[in-house]
Amino acid sequence: MNFDFSDDQKMLKDQARKFLTEKCPTKVVRKILESDEPYDKALWKQIGEMGWLGTAIPEEYGGLGLGHLELCVIAEELGRAAAPVPFSSSVYLATEALLIAGSDAQKKKYLPKLASGEWIGTFAIAEGPQPPSPKTIKATFKGGKLDGTKTPVPDGDVADFAVVLAKSADGAGERSLSLAIVDLKGAGVSRRAVKTIDPSRSQAELSFKGAAADALGPAGDGWDLAKRVLDRAAVLMAFEQVGGADACLVMAKDYALNRYAFGRTIASFQAIKHKLADMYVLNELARSNAYFGAWALSTNAADLAEAAAGARISATDAFHNASKENIQTHGGMGFTWELDCHLYYRRSKVLSLALGASRVWKDRLVNHLEKKNVA
Amino acid sequence: MDFNDTPQEATFRKEVRAWLEANAKPKSATGFSAENPRFQRNETEALKIAKAWQAKKAEKRYARITWPTENGGLGGTPIQQVVYNQEESKFDVPSGFFEIGLGMCIPTVTHYASKDVAARYVKPALYGEEIWCQLFSEPSAGSDVAGLKTRAEKDGDDWVINGQKVWTSGAHYSDYGILLTRTDPNVPKHKGLTMFYLSMKSPGVEVRPIKQMSGGANFNEVFFTNVRIPDSQRLGNVGDGWGVALTTLMHERLAVGGGQGGSGADVNELLALARETELEDGPAIRNASVRERIAEWYVRGQGLKYTTYRTLTALSQGRVPGPEASIAKVVVAPKMQDLASFGMDLEDMGGVMVGEDSPMLGAFQQSFMWAPGLRIAGGTDEILKNIIAERVLGLPADIRVDKDIPYNKLPTGR
Ligand SMILES: Cc1cc2nc3c(=O)[nH]c(=O)nc-3n(C[C@H](O)[C@H](O)[C@H](O)COP(=O)(O)OP(=O)(O)OC[C@H]3O[C@@H](n4cnc5c(N)ncnc54)[C@H](O)[C@@H]3O)c2cc1C
Ligand SMILES: Cc1cc2nc3c(=O)[nH]c(=O)nc-3n(C[C@H](O)[C@H](O)[C@H](O)COP(=O)(O)OP(=O)(O)OC[C@H]3O[C@@H](n4cnc5c(N)ncnc54)[C@H](O)[C@@H]3O)c2cc1C
Repeated sequence: MNFDFSDDQKMLKDQARKFLTEKCPTKVVRKILESDEPYDKALWKQIGEMGWLGTAIPEEYGGLGLGHLELCVIAEELGRAAAPVPFSSSVYLATEALLIAGSDAQKKKYLPKLASGEWIGTFAIAEGPQPPSPKTIKATFKGGKLDGTKTPVPDGDVADFAVVLAKSADGAGERSLSLAIVDLKGAGVSRRAVKTIDPSRSQAELSFKGAAADALGPAGDGWDLAKRVLDRAAVLMAFEQVGGADACLVMAKDYALNRYAFGRTIASFQAIKHKLADMYVLNELARSNAYFGAWALSTNAADLAEAAAGARISATDAFHNASKENIQTHGGMGFTWELDCHLYYRRSKVLSLALGASRVWKDRLVNHLEKKNVA
Repeated sequence: MDFNDTPQEATFRKEVRAWLEANAKPKSATGFSAENPRFQRNETEALKIAKAWQAKKAEKRYARITWPTENGGLGGTPIQQVVYNQEESKFDVPSGFFEIGLGMCIPTVTHYASKDVAARYVKPALYGEEIWCQLFSEPSAGSDVAGLKTRAEKDGDDWVINGQKVWTSGAHYSDYGILLTRTDPNVPKHKGLTMFYLSMKSPGVEVRPIKQMSGGANFNEVFFTNVRIPDSQRLGNVGDGWGVALTTLMHERLAVGGGQGGSGADVNELLALARETELEDGPAIRNASVRERIAEWYVRGQGLKYTTYRTLTALSQGRVPGPEASIAKVVVAPKMQDLASFGMDLEDMGGVMVGEDSPMLGAFQQSFMWAPGLRIAGGTDEILKNIIAERVLGLPADIRVDKDIPYNKLPTGR
């Protein structure tokens, strides 16, 4: 057993941290938050040039051919920086969908462009304010044409293509769903940016009217494939969440040490000390669960689905707690637009919903436990 | 990152497994059978079984895998210890009795006593022939253990001890103890302490069991009346007792935090209970609110397990583990309390019943009654959070009103 990242992976992480500290201080995040810019194009371009987008893409498809562990350490740093780029949509979701379900021709067509950053991909499953499921999904994919509306779709306003979960057969069962891949600049696609609680990451409504699309994976496998994509993305996003949670703890600690009230630093009040200790505990649990997810993802372990759910639940819990208690620690200042606390509060909620709420993941986790432990 | 056994670990696991199969009974389906020695309620009987098992383990050098071979250990790695624990947990074997001695007292003795002295005590403890207890807490000194009163006064080559300890786990069946005393009341409290070890059979030692809220009586009051201890049984220098105690407490937090609930209830038990319990809307396992709680506690438990693995990895690579090890007990104890209470809620009106009238021999009720103690023993939740805040996060220590005041000028309450 070796439950740690390698020295090379740690070095990559240090590089990523240095790069993002320099290129993505919170004023970069704020710039996107406060403008109509959907994402930071300069930063995105540089991230592409560093090769990060193709970290887990095999060399034959234009990637670096490293692996998912390397992607995990990068994800943590992107989370720490709250980077305003479509990384998760393009890399955790679209790329992973192609890697597990794409034909060779599809991989050849999309992966090199995803790796270079020339194309942005996304994953469209939600249809409004309720959990997407075989019962609720209405968009259809029939005879090579997509119809229906997906919203909100992360980075849907800027993506070049989307992997869409849609109904391809009658009935409400899981087998009625398929994945389709659609060019978002083609005919029959319209899109509209939607307002969200975190404008530093853009989202959109995608409407399809007979848009030409290509099946991704076998017909009827859509739900199963979507869950597998979400599992893989959940591990990567857990690292992003752990990075964000850690950033909140650091902010709260620094502020507490330097803020004086009642003649002493507020860091000397036990209510604040215990608050920060609780944050630390949840963050460490989340980190450890994420590590297990990373191992399961990188080895395609049989436990991947369980590990992913554990990583996601733990990371969501930690980031939510850290982001809200960071504000609390800052007192009135924490509630201002000017301080950065709210950047993480917003981001934590967006990440916690992006791949489905914790409630859903908890249910799935217990499904796996039930299967495993036939006590 | 590799979660699987290395070839060496796999070989070791096989050896351990084979040995356990030859020497112990595999757990029954739920692990809750009356034959499981953990459910032996008669302490004398339980102690006999535990000693016999401990001797067997020691003979095979499995009693302390990481101890050097000259101390009767296997000279193995921390990961091998985990492999052993994982395999042992699949068998009905006794637990308890020796953890305080082997986990805290003996490491303190070997750290501070001469080689010869240590050699005299290590093996009998390892084989379960001699049991040790930890004599630190006093009625007026628990969290603030450095505020203790028990006096040690020099008399020739001996020290004379007078005072009282309390909450001493296992004192009534212990053969030896490590004892923290005040040797100088005229200096600030941390500076006037000295550590000794002594035989619990020494004249003037009186042990009185205290009945716990859980009904058992595993901890005791221990009174010292003119007990004589030779100076050769001092551990560390006169006045350095606090430093020695910190060594012990560091071991304690790792030991207490690492241990599992023994005969209590955890997520697996909750899953089993949820399967067999019929709620108003169907089996409990199908109920969304039940599933959420199971998932939450499972994730906490796993997070802790993987945190331990991170620590072990650091150790096995010769690095100093990070501070993450300090979170264990503050996660385990409150989780046990909440989970046990929730399990009893599932049993609904029937949840009041204990023992054989209750599912899994009353595992949830037992954890419910034990958890409050676990939140206090070995450092309370609050003290542990202070430690995380101060030592891990570097926040300032609490403002102290007792720092530079001589011990005998400090205010005292009840
Ligand atoms: C929406 C809003 C509206 C407001 N409106 C008004 C208004 O109309 N008029 C007005 O006068 N003020 C107003 N305030 C200010 C508000 O009363 C203060 O923000 C609040 O009292 C906290 O003070 P602070 O911001 O200086 O934080 P600090 O006092 O610096 O506190 C920072 C953190 O330290 C903790 N802390 C501080 N001291 C202790 C202690 N002794 N023990 C434990 N923890 C401690 C706090 O709980 C907090 O978590 C408003 C604030 C907000 C957010
Ligand atoms: C089951 C059990 C077994 C034990 N076994 C042993 C043993 O074998 N040997 C031994 O020496 N001792 C043993 N103890 C004693 C144990 O170490 C003490 O009970 C513990 O350290 C707390 O001390 P106290 O009981 O005096 O409580 P107190 O220290 O009086 O604490 C009372 C409350 O005040 C809080 N508090 C105290 N100081 C602070 C602070 N600075 N900041 C915030 N809150 C604070 C505590 O968290 C607690 O909630 C055992 C205890 C139990 C319950």
